[in-house]
Amino acid sequence: MPVEVLMPALSPTMEEGTLAKWLVKEGDAVKSGDVIAEIETDKATMEVEAVEEGVVGKLLVAAGTEGVKVNSPIALLLEEGEDAGALDGAAQKATPPQPSPEGEGEDADARKPATAETSPPPPAGEGRGGGRPASKPASDPEIPAGTDMVPTTVRDALRDAMAEEMRRDETVFVMGEEVAEYQGAYKVTRNLLQEFGPRRVVDTPITEHGFAGLGVGAAFGGLKPVVEFMTFNFAMQAIDHLINSAAKTLYMSGGQMGCPIVFRGPNGAASRVGAQHSQDYSAWYAQVPGLKVIAPWDAADAKGLLKAAIRDPNPVIFLEHELIYGETFDVPAVDDWVLPIGKAKVRREGSDVTITAHSRMVGFALKAAEILAEEGIEAEVIDLRTLRPLDTETIIESVKKTNRIVCAEEGWGRCGIGAEIAAVVTAEAFDYLDAPPARVHQEDVPLPYAANLEALSLPGVDDIVKAAKAVCYRE
Amino acid sequence: MAAKKPAQRKAPAKKTPAKAPAAKAGAPKEELLRFYRDMLLIRRFEEKAGQLYGMGLIAGFCHLYIGQEAVVVGVQAALEDGDQVITGYRDHGHMLACGMTANGVMAELTGRIGGYSRGKGGSMHMFSREKQFFGGHGIVGAQVPIGTGLAFADLYKNNGKVCATYFGDGAANQGQVYESFNMAKLWKLPVIYIIENNQYAMGTSVRRASSETHLHKRGASFGIPGEEVDGMDVLAVRDSAERARKHALSEGPIILEMKTYRYRGHSMSDPAKYRTREEVDEIRARQDPIEMVRKRLFDAKYASEDDLKKIDREIKEIVNESAEFAKESPEPDPAELYTDVLVEERA
Ligand SMILES: Cc1ncc(C[n+]2csc(CCOP(=O)(O)OP(=O)(O)O)c2C)c(N)n1
Ligand SMILES: [Mg+2]
Repeated sequence: MPVEVLMPALSPTMEEGTLAKWLVKEGDAVKSGDVIAEIETDKATMEVEAVEEGVVGKLLVAAGTEGVKVNSPIALLLEEGEDAGALDGAAQKATPPQPSPEGEGEDADARKPATAETSPPPPAGEGRGGGRPASKPASDPEIPAGTDMVPTTVRDALRDAMAEEMRRDETVFVMGEEVAEYQGAYKVTRNLLQEFGPRRVVDTPITEHGFAGLGVGAAFGGLKPVVEFMTFNFAMQAIDHLINSAAKTLYMSGGQMGCPIVFRGPNGAASRVGAQHSQDYSAWYAQVPGLKVIAPWDAADAKGLLKAAIRDPNPVIFLEHELIYGETFDVPAVDDWVLPIGKAKVRREGSDVTITAHSRMVGFALKAAEILAEEGIEAEVIDLRTLRPLDTETIIESVKKTNRIVCAEEGWGRCGIGAEIAAVVTAEAFDYLDAPPARVHQEDVPLPYAANLEALSLPGVDDIVKAAKAVCYRE
Repeated sequence: MAAKKPAQRKAPAKKTPAKAPAAKAGAPKEELLRFYRDMLLIRRFEEKAGQLYGMGLIAGFCHLYIGQEAVVVGVQAALEDGDQVITGYRDHGHMLACGMTANGVMAELTGRIGGYSRGKGGSMHMFSREKQFFGGHGIVGAQVPIGTGLAFADLYKNNGKVCATYFGDGAANQGQVYESFNMAKLWKLPVIYIIENNQYAMGTSVRRASSETHLHKRGASFGIPGEEVDGMDVLAVRDSAERARKHALSEGPIILEMKTYRYRGHSMSDPAKYRTREEVDEIRARQDPIEMVRKRLFDAKYASEDDLKKIDREIKEIVNESAEFAKESPEPDPAELYTDVLVEERA
């Protein structure tokens, strides 16, 4: 079969061009690399090289033709041993394009991407083939009756989760600033160095961009890094690797390069540390496909979800909160406490208004619910726990019952988690709503240092109470 | 990666390092007295800040500069009016050395309207355009490209000024530092990089974080010269900074690695298990920058015990007054919450 020489593209956006000049004629022998023609667009001129050896059998497009479509055949090359007779069949198959007079009357379909019918069926397997993964997250494991509940701080629960996973899996290691000898800037990695040694508990220089990227490489290389950011404010130095390297590579590699890594550390406002140290990044990361984002509140969730995050084959952003590290909650004393990622938890049932919250705001939402109850408003409090994927089903179910929703978060409101939830609820439960969704969030300013201004800026229990009453049309 | 026993660094070498010529034999009386005064102001100010923190009047992070006073005071002596200064979060000393008032700095620490940032910045984020002090940055290493940019503006305007860009031994490992070095040398920017090597970045000693521990050599691959300087000796610091300023204006960037030491913890809550009490005591006793000047003043018979006591009292007064001011100054008006987000006319 003669080889077709196709009209090349000069740029990714080029669709057609002019065949300016032939530099060979029929019967000429050419070898790979010989310039055979010149083509041009309004932007550039380029030489077309032969990519095979052979004899020019036929020039299909005349010199000077405009509007030659990219990828259409412009010449036929006879391979060694072929004679001109071979051209007959081929010439018919490859109908030379008719140059359009204005160079514009194009066949719209030619440029359309393959449609659903024409593209090959997606490979079987979860989460493939477009749309959202069909599988629903599992529910929390049952806690067998009689299980001991052990009061544990969030700090220790996180530590226990890492220690258990490190015992279970040799490839899990912890890395970050001051995680080893100092025992963690916030003591979350206490005693890990003592148990696992410096090979697996690694102190880094202050080099966030470097060690985040190194963590991604280690994950590609078969390890399961748990990378601690002293706080997520400093992950800004590294955010390129979190997003461009960790989140996108699986997709860009057609599913080959999974990146099982956890980036964890305190997120959000601490106390009086000013704007550069007090940002809530929940919405930032929750926006990125290719990441999972977890933001637990109590110790049992912190433990069960961190264990799940470490086992997850995907990059997980695990947002903790400095101001709840020291709070104590019950953690069930079961052998392997692992919770499902992507499942919200109804913390309190109620019929009058739904309140969504995550991380530290869950505590505030529960307090608000108590205050509201005294005034006869029964609030249902949903702890989101995972921000990506977001458990919209639990939220929608709740709204169908309460017909009202308040979305609370610590961070800024613009394009926030609450904005997303409000949009989802409006789209999927519009007919059930008796009031527009309300949002509670930080004031739209960088967090100030002054005590009074800081308090004014951050959302609290009262703000939630007020918003809940407003959607209930009370006061 | 190899974790060894908690760092027990030896005290920095006492002799002036070989690379830097020894400090000029002396300094005129007035200058020595000024150094004494300026360093003492920083020390007493920081001690007072520590007290106010203990009383709950200052909150959040508060990084004290005690022990490192000779660095900023010596460098400042070599700078000229209009030169810029920029540093990280351990910034109180730099601001006082730049001539910012103790009242304004202390009131910012307490988060009051009388503070340099109207209470909105706090300890780590203070600025004074008037004094050409550009902060005050909470993110380790971030001040380095910004300082390089200030120098870019100097060269652009051809104003004969330089930017003193301070950062720590820990910050010296941030990638953006090297991106800055490259541009600074490429474009011959008038910047003096001053690495305050106080031996530790929080709890991590230089040896545990840096493959090349001689931080003044870090510019080598960019062709940026570096000098190691006894940062406890204000005269050695001043001399090196004078040379560096000339160099910056004619040749571009230069690195001064100030071997210094912080006496206090990293911030206010620091268990300090990474070094021994003896290590700290040893340096305090043998290399204290203020004591060194005091001794020089006595040796040269520039001042008597009484003269210095008088200075001590003056300083104490300034510092006490700043504490009073910082307590009395009101909290910012709630409306301040929404101002300064973007440049707008102030109502
Ligand atoms: C990007 C970034 N990472 C981490 C931190 C937390 N942190 C604040 S100071 C510090 C140590 C810096 O040490 P060094 O540069 O030596 O300065 P020093 O405190 O000794 O003056 C760390 C890790 C931060 N503020 N910014
Ligand atoms: Mg240091």
